[in-house]
Amino acid sequence: MGKKLVNMTASKKTITDTALLLTITIVTFLLMYLVAIFGLGGGFRTFQAFFDMLNDKSALLIVSCGLSVVMIAGGIDISVGGVIALVGMCCVIFLRDFGGNIFTAFLVALAIGLAFGIVQGFLVAYLEIQPFIVTLAGMFFARGMTQIISSDHLNVTDNEAFQKVLNTRIIIPGLGYTNNNGVYMDSYIKIGVVIALIIVAILFFTLRSTKLGRAFYAVGGNRQSALMLGINVKRTTFISHLICSLLAGIAGYVFFITVGSGSGDNAMGYEMDAIASSIIGGTMLTGGVGNIIGTMFGVFSLSTIQKIVNAAGLGDPWWTGITRAAMLCLFLVLQSIILIRKQKGVKV
Amino acid sequence: MKENSVLEMRNISKSFPGVRALQNVDFTLCEGEIHALMGENGAGKSTLIKVLTGVYSKDSGEVYVKGHDNAVSIRSPQDAQNIGISTVYQEITLCPNLTVAENMYIGRTKNILQNWKKMNADADKMLSALGIPASATQQLGNYSIAIQQMVAIARAVDMDCKVLILDEPTSSLDENEVEKLFGLMRDLKARGVGIIFVTHFLDQVYEVCDKITVLRDGQLVGEYEIENLPRIQLVSKMLGKDMDDTADIQSEAEAYDDGEAEPVFEAEGLVSVAGIKPFDFYIRKGEVNGFTGLLGSGRSECVRAIFGADRVIGGKVKMHGKPVKINKPIQAMKNGIAYLPEDRKGDGIVGDLSVRENLVLALQVMRGFFKPFSKAQAYKFADEYIKLLDIKTASADTPINSLSGGNQQKVIVARWLLTNPEYLILDEPTRGIDVGTKVDIQKLVLKLASEGKSVTFISSETDEMLRTCSRLVVMRDRKVVGELTGEDLNQNKVMSTIAGGGE
Amino acid sequence: MANASGTKERSKFLSVLIKIITNQMFIPIAAILILTIVNLVADPSFFAVRYGTNTEGAKLFAGNPVDILNNGTALALLAIGMTFVTAASGGQDISVGATMAIAAGVIIKIVSGSNTTSSTYAHPLIVAVLVALLAGILCGLFNGVLVSFLNIQPMVATLVLFTAGRSIAGWITGNLSYKFSAPSFKAFGQTFPGVPIPTPIIISIICFIILALIFKFTTLGLYVQAVGINENSARLNGLNPIAIKLSSYIILGVCVAIAAFVTVARTGTFISSTFVKDIEMDAILAVALGGNALSGGKFNLTASIIGAYVIQYLKTTLTALGINAVALPAYKAVVIIILVIISTPSARAWFVRQWQAIAKKFQKVEAKEVA
Repeated sequence: MGKKLVNMTASKKTITDTALLLTITIVTFLLMYLVAIFGLGGGFRTFQAFFDMLNDKSALLIVSCGLSVVMIAGGIDISVGGVIALVGMCCVIFLRDFGGNIFTAFLVALAIGLAFGIVQGFLVAYLEIQPFIVTLAGMFFARGMTQIISSDHLNVTDNEAFQKVLNTRIIIPGLGYTNNNGVYMDSYIKIGVVIALIIVAILFFTLRSTKLGRAFYAVGGNRQSALMLGINVKRTTFISHLICSLLAGIAGYVFFITVGSGSGDNAMGYEMDAIASSIIGGTMLTGGVGNIIGTMFGVFSLSTIQKIVNAAGLGDPWWTGITRAAMLCLFLVLQSIILIRKQKGVKV
Repeated sequence: MKENSVLEMRNISKSFPGVRALQNVDFTLCEGEIHALMGENGAGKSTLIKVLTGVYSKDSGEVYVKGHDNAVSIRSPQDAQNIGISTVYQEITLCPNLTVAENMYIGRTKNILQNWKKMNADADKMLSALGIPASATQQLGNYSIAIQQMVAIARAVDMDCKVLILDEPTSSLDENEVEKLFGLMRDLKARGVGIIFVTHFLDQVYEVCDKITVLRDGQLVGEYEIENLPRIQLVSKMLGKDMDDTADIQSEAEAYDDGEAEPVFEAEGLVSVAGIKPFDFYIRKGEVNGFTGLLGSGRSECVRAIFGADRVIGGKVKMHGKPVKINKPIQAMKNGIAYLPEDRKGDGIVGDLSVRENLVLALQVMRGFFKPFSKAQAYKFADEYIKLLDIKTASADTPINSLSGGNQQKVIVARWLLTNPEYLILDEPTRGIDVGTKVDIQKLVLKLASEGKSVTFISSETDEMLRTCSRLVVMRDRKVVGELTGEDLNQNKVMSTIAGGGE
Repeated sequence: MANASGTKERSKFLSVLIKIITNQMFIPIAAILILTIVNLVADPSFFAVRYGTNTEGAKLFAGNPVDILNNGTALALLAIGMTFVTAASGGQDISVGATMAIAAGVIIKIVSGSNTTSSTYAHPLIVAVLVALLAGILCGLFNGVLVSFLNIQPMVATLVLFTAGRSIAGWITGNLSYKFSAPSFKAFGQTFPGVPIPTPIIISIICFIILALIFKFTTLGLYVQAVGINENSARLNGLNPIAIKLSSYIILGVCVAIAAFVTVARTGTFISSTFVKDIEMDAILAVALGGNALSGGKFNLTASIIGAYVIQYLKTTLTALGINAVALPAYKAVVIIILVIISTPSARAWFVRQWQAIAKKFQKVEAKEVA
């Protein structure tokens, strides 16, 4: 008993699980990038290299954020890749056959995301069906519907406003570089990146400082407790799925204005990439632990490793998959060892 | 509503499929009153509390709360909180992944934004006012269960509740902490809060409560002033009968004499990863002994080390004088040791499996992977022990988690009896089960001993141990500090040894 | 008197009915019934089984029912392993499609040798199958170690091989498309000369028999369930939860290897990127359709296997109804959602209530008649 009292009073400040995992992710990413800059040079030395990564991965970043929210709240959503493909296809058809413009197409994307969110959220939260099954059906439905609408690869070619958006480059002053021919090149990002970063900022703030955000953590940490603490667990679960699907809709739009085409094969495997990014970013699939900033670095890390593999001369297509998996595995093992050790430390 | 009452429940009824959990129960709570809600397991206490806190919806009846003219409807824990009813449950119902402050304020604030600075400052103020050694910004999961429990109370206190429900809050607290809690309760009482106190500990009821309401089989037995209801009457009201059974046990225990029989089991310098100091221990054939000490003193850890439930990292073990190796439960089992764990739900029962499967599990594991029992054989075992221990179950195929706590415990006892052990360890076999089953289990322990089996018995209730054990090993701070036999086996001596100073 | 016994019979009927509705097998069997009705209405000839000669001159049974059993073999095998994994570790292995690609890649690479198109064995088939089994077991071991020793949630742990599997298969086969057409190889995926039943069906029956024997002569079922429901308790009863979880993943690895062999032998072709794409989702679905909780614990293997055939039945039905193959997922999704909604406790309770209401009406009518 005496010992217990000592333990009680001398409790030193320990870091939260979320903060610990976040730190690991950021440090690893920075180390990796530094190694790339100094070891592999070339493609990594310009700011544009980093911006290109953002340009390529903005849609993935958005869905990863969505998945982090669902995962923090204790769920899972594997329909996001399908939703992206469906949104892309619908936007193409909307622009081509219904005379829609690029802005109203955004509403189409939101509407599709919203519809998926409401249906999936309702089934998971209020009918208490396992989220994996519900969103699996969501994935099948979205992919199937995309194929039903058209099994071709459709491009938007004759819409001027769209082409403008597609080719818009937002110049970042002062961070340009001089290319091999001695010409100064401005660094730029695409519109999708701006959308993605806004979303990251909003979600970061929401998760950190709002009642709803903390409710996600509470519900993911322990549903029963959250209920007893007076949180509306069902509504919170519902909202987490709503946000995720809505973000998948937005990601679909960003994907669309980045790629400019619709196809049933678009964004294949995005759901698993997003889950992997979230995990590398320190989100636990068991719920209650995670951070949006971590997720962003998770996306960067996965993308960087891919580039490093290519730059290191491992050109065969299979190396990307294997190294990404190896990295995921490394993080999983690291996280689990840290958490196991931490738990043991508390118990004794 | 009566003038000074803060809560009145009238004609509350609630049924579950096959069970009428509450039938027309009335309950009244006055301002500044600590009101004990008593009853055996299955009497309806928990159901009544859950109806009041919106976890269950009642089938019929009304609830009146001070400040509301009409009957209030409570459909969720949130409703209950808003009306001014706060609850601290037996099991921790906070989120270990959030900070202490968040756990105190989440689900309560009206604002969409969280003001972290203010929240943390308020929480720290509240915690220090209550003397709770926790920091607002720490993750709750970093603290011991006792502190987590106190944070839950701090949350309830901070909510300016009119009605505070404490549902067995003391089961995971040690004496110091219980005292602190009682101080807190008296403080709140002085402020006019009505407190409903649910507990299994009679001493605690008589220490802090003003009134007692007794439930039995889902019906109200009566409401009594504490001074008008002596203990023995309280117990007989809870049971619905006079209890002489314990007296019988007393005499049986005294008749037992272990003599100079060979030790069945001996341990020397045994130590496990659970953080106990190395200890020596032995038990003779036909002996009943026990480990005693406060919660967290290491008594469970000792028996877990004997059984190999925690990883053993040192010491020698002998069975019948021959050295044996016990690092894993299976090795202990093969040496004829059986262990009924303290945490019935977490370590004992296998929830969704049937009574039959739970019963044969240990014996089956000992028999081996390639020698499954036939169904007929398993049914025979099950039926035999259901009858022998009077287990109340619809059939041998009923999932064990639909049985009451006491009957679940009997199944686990049966599981180990089936392996025909020489040495049986029972860690808190009577915790959280009704008085009738408690007596049954104590009787069984003595019967087993008279048949030549050795039993180590652990219980939080000292008189239960005094009644059954002929030797007590006393523990303090994870260390064996004494051993009591013969005339030393009385409450005072046990208490003084636990408290220390007698070394 | 007669009436009283009638009422009794009716209430007995009712209680039986409630039992049926709340039974685990309700969903898969209900699904089969619904699909059968749909087919009977649309085209009863769907069920015709012919005994005739195929294009290659072999006598065999043919028709949709045979096709369902034949084509459902791989899924049924996966469902078996997935059920064990789900029960023991409370999660699903999403890498089965990728590991099947590895096993199939190994088989085709070993039998073909360096030729991407050949019909003669570079190495004996038995070597190929044994190495594929080894590959399956190794993959299972990898997943199992992550799950059981490091306590990583199964879906996350298997995400590693999910990501890497097809790349590894691509590495083994050099990302080339293989075609191996030795008749004795294809016989394992189609039919052996003189045997009128497709070989995969025979293989699946052999597997089911082995499984039944395992259940009869070992305590595997009890151990897996005990570990899945309460790991601590299982350990204190002398079980080794880590070993049991690990073995569930190894069992799945064996199932994966056999399924991969049957599938690759069916066509004799292999491309790492498209081989059995998305089959992991169907395998998990089979377990869920069988009414097993995806959170683990108690399981019913027969229900999972029927669940697998239900999925195949659904696919065949939709194809027979003339639905384009690429659109299948959308219809599948709708059926899944309907089935899982039916199986939720609240929906079941609603059914029971409806039946009771009907029964009460009957009783009232009867009472009036008596009066």
